[in-house]
Amino acid sequence: MEQILKATQLSKYFYQKKALDKVDINIEKGKIYGILGPNGGGKSTFLKIAAGLLKSSQGEITIDNEKPGEYTKSIVSYLPEINHLYKWMKVKDALNFFKDLYADFNIERAKESLKFMELEEEEKITSLSKGMMGRLKLTLVLSRKAKLYLLDEPLNGIDPISREKIITSILDSYSEKASILICSHLIYYIEKLLDYVFFLSEGRIILSGNAEDLRNKRGMSIDKLFQEVF
Amino acid sequence: MEFNNNIPIYLQIIDSIKQDIVVGKLKAGQKMPSVRESAGILKVNPNTIQRVYQELDREKITYIKRGMGTYVTEEEKIISSLKEEISQKIILDFVEGMNKLGFSNKESISTLKEYLSKEEEIWNKY
Repeated sequence: MEQILKATQLSKYFYQKKALDKVDINIEKGKIYGILGPNGGGKSTFLKIAAGLLKSSQGEITIDNEKPGEYTKSIVSYLPEINHLYKWMKVKDALNFFKDLYADFNIERAKESLKFMELEEEEKITSLSKGMMGRLKLTLVLSRKAKLYLLDEPLNGIDPISREKIITSILDSYSEKASILICSHLIYYIEKLLDYVFFLSEGRIILSGNAEDLRNKRGMSIDKLFQEVF
Repeated sequence: MEFNNNIPIYLQIIDSIKQDIVVGKLKAGQKMPSVRESAGILKVNPNTIQRVYQELDREKITYIKRGMGTYVTEEEKIISSLKEEISQKIILDFVEGMNKLGFSNKESISTLKEYLSKEEEIWNKY
């Protein structure tokens, strides 16, 4: 299987604190992965390193065989947990902003997706509810034709209707040519989407495996397994 | 479809497709939805559906027409053996459940008979 991301013994320290401690993660093409764990476990740190926003302290990480940099940023589409859009923008401005920023941004696809997400192009960013904002951010990120999608807590603080829409659009954007890596602690809602899971706690991977195999072996859902492990 | 996340998803989908074939909701020779369509409808990982289709193909419950898609088998024999398989499973669940409650096999049979005759009585009234 072709690998899109390979992290070997990856560590990240913030002063004395170990945010990531010798983490090994391999991501294959055409699969959906989950990094699951409590808050502060290192999930976001890993995604930020993969997205090229943070530098690792030790160890190796490559994406499509390259170290994080210009090239990897062009093939990685990253959904940050924070709000990364300017306050003065309308929805349509956000689309144009992404179009200018990323060569692989497909504005037609984004407009289609807005309809599905029930968002208006003329709406102001500041007037969007949290659920609508989540839908817009995801629309932007999934409308890029990337090789790797990194989604940090796409369902955090999102109402049930938005949640359904977000899950549907993640599935819609699935392609055999791309991989998706989702960080979440809301396992119940996303576990059916995942091929493979990593449990990350205090910067370490404490369990990993194929989701169906884990259900089979342990006779329980990933969500229950998670509760048992932590 | 509601899933029980404690059991592998692909096994649950396989069971439900088998059920649909036996009761005729999916007809012999009917085209199955594509992997992507199914994944979208059921909201599960496309690779899970892929695994379902591979398994159904291996069990000869479906067959693949090259470049056309996946179709439900037209062989009566396979469909009737599916029916057999599912009914055996229901019986097994019943027997195991009764045994757990402390019913002997004989007692289970008489309880079942009693139940069925009561059912019949009720139906005959209408």
